[in-house]
Amino acid sequence: MQTEVKDFVLSVEGLTVSFDGFKAVDDLSFYVEEEEIRVIIGPNGAGKTTVLDLICGKTQASHGSIKFRDTELTDLSENQIVHAGVGRKFQNPSIYEDLTVFENLELSFPRGHGVFGALVFKRDKEVIDRVEEIAADIFLSDHLQQPAGLLSHGQKQWLEIGMLLIQDPDLLMLDEPVAGMSVSERVKTAELLQRIIKGRSVLVIEHDMKFVEDIAHRVTVLHQGKMLSEGSMDHVQNDPKVVEVYLGH
Amino acid sequence: MNFKISSFANRTEIFGFLVLAVLIVVILPLALDIFRLNLIGKYLTYAFVAIGLVLCWGAGGILSLGQGVFFGLGGYCMAMFLKLEASTPEATKIQSTPGIPDFMDWNQLTELPWFWEPFHSFPLTLVAILVVPTVFAYILGVAMFKRRVGGVYFAIITQAIAAILTILIIGQQGYTGGVNGITDLRTLMGWDIRTESAQYTLYFVNAFLLFVVLLVAQYVRKSKLGRLLVAMREKEDRVRFSGYSVANFKIFVFCLGAAFSAIGGAMFTLQVGFMSPSFVGIVPSIEMVIFTAVGGRLSILGAVWGALIINQAKTLLSEAFPELWLLAMGGLFIAVVMAFPNGLAGLYTTYVEPRLPKFLSGNGGKDADDDSDADVPLASKQAAE
Ligand SMILES: Nc1ncnc2c1ncn2[C@@H]1O[C@H](COP(=O)(O)OP(=O)(O)OP(=O)(O)O)[C@@H](O)[C@H]1O
Ligand SMILES: [Mg+2]
Repeated sequence: MQTEVKDFVLSVEGLTVSFDGFKAVDDLSFYVEEEEIRVIIGPNGAGKTTVLDLICGKTQASHGSIKFRDTELTDLSENQIVHAGVGRKFQNPSIYEDLTVFENLELSFPRGHGVFGALVFKRDKEVIDRVEEIAADIFLSDHLQQPAGLLSHGQKQWLEIGMLLIQDPDLLMLDEPVAGMSVSERVKTAELLQRIIKGRSVLVIEHDMKFVEDIAHRVTVLHQGKMLSEGSMDHVQNDPKVVEVYLGH
Repeated sequence: MNFKISSFANRTEIFGFLVLAVLIVVILPLALDIFRLNLIGKYLTYAFVAIGLVLCWGAGGILSLGQGVFFGLGGYCMAMFLKLEASTPEATKIQSTPGIPDFMDWNQLTELPWFWEPFHSFPLTLVAILVVPTVFAYILGVAMFKRRVGGVYFAIITQAIAAILTILIIGQQGYTGGVNGITDLRTLMGWDIRTESAQYTLYFVNAFLLFVVLLVAQYVRKSKLGRLLVAMREKEDRVRFSGYSVANFKIFVFCLGAAFSAIGGAMFTLQVGFMSPSFVGIVPSIEMVIFTAVGGRLSILGAVWGALIINQAKTLLSEAFPELWLLAMGGLFIAVVMAFPNGLAGLYTTYVEPRLPKFLSGNGGKDADDDSDADVPLASKQAAE
């Protein structure tokens, strides 16, 4: 049967959204394979964040289809999309500053998501072990009891990645995960992404070309809501159209 | 079951709870005559509303300027029962239609409206006190939160609803008693609520219910749902894209706040002996927010203190300078919001608690923010064992 479709974790086809007539994403199609790290690059305002907004249900598409494995995501609500296995990190670190690092991670633990479930949720060994495991992954083991607001910018980015990891999504979408990070933090983040990629697929938006080179399996270049180029890092770096609108600057 | 006191309340909270309990249950009844104690009982009925606002507004960031609606609905349900009991055919035999409340008769009604019928029954009345306001809050909550109405828009809409309900009650005089409200309430299942001994009893029943509500609120705050409310206040989208239906949680806490307010309203009617639209509308609703803000919108105990202190001050000040009261209250509100956003409870944790003997302070007095659990390490260690 349709075995060729099964190889893609994400199939975006003819995706279009217009804001008052302005097409932020325009007839975009791309496919992400299982266990692939796909990076989306492109100039500011190219529509990269909007693509993630469309996939995770924050923005409604005007046309087109987004298939996650066999599920059409455009028909689902935001929390159904999360439960289907899609996790999303925002461009600005989006964490709960008044809560501790532990509580931030705990809230993302996939249990007790209904009102009643949240009322009777118990912090049992399973939760604690999982939080501690993730905290070790994201280099925050020593900060679990700290209010998250006290973390450095880079640590906040890691925390948000950790909040996604604890959900164990099959598709992880990261919007500029190393923006504002120091060089050493970038290296650690690249290493972190390589480590967590096993068994899942990752869609990353990033401007930092060195970082993109380090992690990308394939790169999609967006420009004015349309795909400009796609392929290996080498391929897009040498694509004259890409050099002209983006890398040349 | 590994229920631990330490994960339910830290030392400060237990200490604060006990101080309040001693004050309300022992000191005030001993120190005050029944007239003054009855006033305190009245102030404490507002504390029910303020506790609900701590959960909705302080924790969840949902500012309702219409909590008087739920207080009023609870109060009216109770008043309708008491009014029917006071309107026996014998007591109303001079009316052209005996056996219906006097104001209905004055308004040429000749039979009891259908929605008054259930209030012949005390059990049904008790159910109605909780269910009517909660269902109303649920409908409002679904209509607004599912549409992502929040922030200032939500506040304005709740305020409009308070205004509309007041106008409705005043306009439908024959059904509601109009601007005078439902007055001349006498007995509760034959028990005269106007006597001193009844007022003492009602005071203690009210105090008991207040502490039950405090415990429920504390449970919610310390549950994962409580932390989710804080998370929603800070980063609603992050909560939504972590797989939660944000609207459902808002609806829940709004309904809970409504139910608390309704209990307060019903106890108000019992202790004060009447209910009127002046406890439903915009002004009382905003006053409730002020009690909460002054007491400390993050602290359920602070909210009770806020209700007590402000109302006591109001009584003292408005006896002396009636015109000044509204101004003073407005000024106080602005001062608190600008200078002490966490109200009296915030001042307490910042200035008083560090000076207390160590065994009384929950976390060595370092952490002034009572949103973040100070006892996570403890709880997580214990549970891990
Ligand atoms: N909700 C919205 N309403 C109107 N216009 C929008 C909306 N969201 C995005 N846009 C517009 O769509 C375009 C694409 O924005 P988007 O945030 O996707 O860009 P981006 O590629 O992520 O850029 P950056 O690199 O700066 O993050 C921009 O011109 C933006 O102003
Ligand atoms: Mg962007």
